[in-house]
Amino acid sequence: MRSLDLSERPRGQGPSADEPPLLKVEGLSVHFPVGRAGFWGGRKLFVHAVEDISLEIRRGETLGLVGESGSGKSTTGRAILRRIPITTGRIWFDGQDITHLKGEALRHLRRRMQLVFQDPYASLNPRMKILDLVAEPLVVHGLVEHVRDAADKVAELLELVGLPADALDRYPHAFSGGQRQRIGIARALALEPDLIVADEPVSALDVSIRAQVVNLLQDLQERIGLAYLFIAHDLSVVRHISHRIAVMYAGKVVETADRHELYEDPRHPYTRALLSAVPIPDPRVQKQRHRQILTGEIPNPVSPPSGCRFHTRCPMAEERCAIEEPPFEEKAAQHWAACWYT
Amino acid sequence: MAKNVTDEETRAERREELIRGRPYEILRALRSALREIVSDRVGLFGVGVVGALVILAIFAPLIAPKDPAAQDLTDALKPPFWYADGDFANALGTDSLGRDILSRMIYGTRITILVGVSVVAVSGAFGTVMGLIAGYKGGRTDSIIMRVVDTQVAFPGLLLALVILAVIQPSATTVIVVLALNGWMVYARMTRGVVLSVRETPYVDAAEIVGCKPKRIIFRHILPNLTSPLLTLAVLEFARIILAESALSFLGLGIQPPQVSWGLMIAQGKDYLFSAWWLVTFPGVAISLTVLGVNLLASWLRVVADPQEREKRFAQSSTHQTGAGTGT
Amino acid sequence: MSDPAGSLLEVEDLDVRFFTRRGTAHAIRGVSMRIDRGETLGLVGESGSGKSVTSLAIMGLIKLPGKITGGDVRWKGTSLLGDSGERSLRKIRGKEMAMVFQDPMTSLNPLFTIGTQIGEVLKHHMGMRKQEARERTVELLELVGISSPEKRVDQYPHEFSGGMRQRMLIAMALACEPELLIADEPTTALDVTIQAQILELLADLQQRLRIAVLLISHDLGVVAQVCHRISVMYAGHIVESGAAEDVFERPGHPYTRGLLASTPRLDQVGSRLTGIDGSPPDLVNPPSGCPFHPRCSLVVDRCSEEMPPLEEHEPGREVACWRAFVGSVGEAAGAGALGG
Repeated sequence: MRSLDLSERPRGQGPSADEPPLLKVEGLSVHFPVGRAGFWGGRKLFVHAVEDISLEIRRGETLGLVGESGSGKSTTGRAILRRIPITTGRIWFDGQDITHLKGEALRHLRRRMQLVFQDPYASLNPRMKILDLVAEPLVVHGLVEHVRDAADKVAELLELVGLPADALDRYPHAFSGGQRQRIGIARALALEPDLIVADEPVSALDVSIRAQVVNLLQDLQERIGLAYLFIAHDLSVVRHISHRIAVMYAGKVVETADRHELYEDPRHPYTRALLSAVPIPDPRVQKQRHRQILTGEIPNPVSPPSGCRFHTRCPMAEERCAIEEPPFEEKAAQHWAACWYT
Repeated sequence: MAKNVTDEETRAERREELIRGRPYEILRALRSALREIVSDRVGLFGVGVVGALVILAIFAPLIAPKDPAAQDLTDALKPPFWYADGDFANALGTDSLGRDILSRMIYGTRITILVGVSVVAVSGAFGTVMGLIAGYKGGRTDSIIMRVVDTQVAFPGLLLALVILAVIQPSATTVIVVLALNGWMVYARMTRGVVLSVRETPYVDAAEIVGCKPKRIIFRHILPNLTSPLLTLAVLEFARIILAESALSFLGLGIQPPQVSWGLMIAQGKDYLFSAWWLVTFPGVAISLTVLGVNLLASWLRVVADPQEREKRFAQSSTHQTGAGTGT
Repeated sequence: MSDPAGSLLEVEDLDVRFFTRRGTAHAIRGVSMRIDRGETLGLVGESGSGKSVTSLAIMGLIKLPGKITGGDVRWKGTSLLGDSGERSLRKIRGKEMAMVFQDPMTSLNPLFTIGTQIGEVLKHHMGMRKQEARERTVELLELVGISSPEKRVDQYPHEFSGGMRQRMLIAMALACEPELLIADEPTTALDVTIQAQILELLADLQQRLRIAVLLISHDLGVVAQVCHRISVMYAGHIVESGAAEDVFERPGHPYTRGLLASTPRLDQVGSRLTGIDGSPPDLVNPPSGCPFHPRCSLVVDRCSEEMPPLEEHEPGREVACWRAFVGSVGEAAGAGALGG
């Protein structure tokens, strides 16, 4: 049972452009059946949770996936982890097509892709000790015989995430939200994955604790070279931790850019509205900002608007937007957006 | 955290503690449970009744003053001891064949326990497994199993039992089989419900993402959530089975003489209801008290197993006692 | 500053405790605050700070196992505690003082139409008749920015989205033209763009109707947008108070500084988030003296012995710290990389 050997991992200098991506998603669509309509129930209804999206994550990079409710960001994360059925599209992980993996092969994939949950209170089995919880991945994949053999490695992992080693014989209820989230991160790291999907990992935490966990994630990335798919609705946090950001609306990716580019030169009207809606904790600055308030609500995912899904709320919408969906194109270097008028 | 002991030593010590620690924890849990019982009168009554039942059943030959089947026609229909012609030899009187009522009641506990525990064990085991399979696999398996449950529930249970027993030779064994056949559905439904809700919890999701196989998920993550509700359900079912068995025995389709059952005693005594009331009353009271006690035990268990309920009771009691005080 | 005679709400030395099996949690200690007509006060804090409990105590909504164990709450000079206070409270609550809660999904009764629910408030508090109530309801819905209100009035809550439901709740709260609106995390459950709409609405209403607002939030951005004054709470105490702009620019309490340093700003990126070492204290066994002292990097001996009082260290700025305003803004909080 070798210990976590940090020297073997590529140092996290950040992603390099010429390396092939660790994760590549192309044309991904996820439709959930929700029932039937029509007089005889002949027409099947689907929720178009995710529609034809493409994205890439390179080794050691953090891609922030940001969007409001109904954007499809969580569904995307789950689809990438192969937890929900994919309607169309392909996913490649480290060169391997994982779109249709099943059974043992899929279980094997779990060693390289892990998930950090949103709810630190519900994601740890309250009846299991921390040792059992963090060692479970090791036991399940045959890396250790018994939980007790993993005690050293678990202690190491706990220390890596900033928890005392004697935490391992306590139960989750003895810990605060932030500490539980660290335990969740330790569990995700146990198998030494290449990619961690973090689904709203700090939303349920207090502000001061949030900062601790965000710093932890960044430190881990630097030390171990982890890649993250950071899914969140809080654009401030996402901008802070990500290298690149993808903005989703109503199941589609509307813009993808480097984090500075996105802020300084947002191309898609939704991105602009989103940026202006995010409150800044500084009354003076906040009063001076031009705030673009969107009217209307997020569209119904069962029957999304025709053409560009954002056209019903877009201040720049023209006739064309209601008829034809704009393609997702490269508008500037490494800066993609789907809009007819930018 | 003091760092004056070397890390190696502390780590080794902790691991030892972990392995040896579990029995200690169980003991601690038992002791706190004991403290809880004593403080709750209602629960104490329930536990007392069930405890007495068990003790009487196990030690019946040592406790019962007479042989329950021994007939003595000269002593038939003797009243209880507080009557003029009663005495302490037959403290609760005798029946029409001169058999001692008290001894028969004590021996009756054996049947009560035997039938109750057996039926609960068999129907509980079967029902739980069915519920587990239905809940975990879902889809068609779930539908099929649940339709079977629904169908069987729709049949009038006791009526079915009566019909079967009227055809087959009634005995303790057949009673157990019939009641078990009738009783498994409620376990299946409950288990399925718990499994379905636990499956959606993030920690089960996490276990699957980590790579756990279904067997491990069921045993390690889902099953522990079942112990508390199953226990409460089993105890409540136990009460219901006692009543059902008494009813069957009363109708002559349950326990047969020379075995003793309280329901049977009532059947045997019903013709003497107005002349020798003690033949029917004592077994009747025994049934009532037992069922009451078991129900109270179940209700106490439910509160004890649920931390939120315990908090509520604590809050009410502490503010009652101390007014606006500072609590404990 | 406005004179005390003009205060709408006055909280003096309020104390609230929760009695649990584990022990007694001292949720609020000696909290005092004042809200005057037409002003917006923001109450900021993390979980366990006591901010929600404060609003519940003001509205008389503390239930077992919690109890108000000290202090006073006064509305326009009349106490709202005790038996006579209860009577006054029932008359005021919903009418002069209204509350909007966090979760619009569960705050509305799914069985009744919006018209019925808002109408009920109008009938009960204002004695309106059915037709009058309906007209007023339509007016209110329009006020909060709901389109085609005459149609919406007869719809059920499930037919609306989260943002619209929150508007309904605000409409219901405004039905009786209250003078104070208490909003407890009104936008936390909402999407960012919807949040912006609601905050804009609140600011607009506040200007037009001149209501006072007590806004409770953990989100510094939200508070920065809407509030004139803010009070920062920690472990049941108010640790800092003052005009919003001032507090954000020059925080005097190390906790406030830490909080600001932990909040990522959309317009400033790259600098590491400092965070605050450690975790919020256990309210059943709080630390001695100042509850923040175990996490504070400016701590001295006195901090663990004596709780600093909330004093006016500078005009209009109250801070509860023995070392208020000491040091530069950046160095005050515990620079935690991997805290506990």
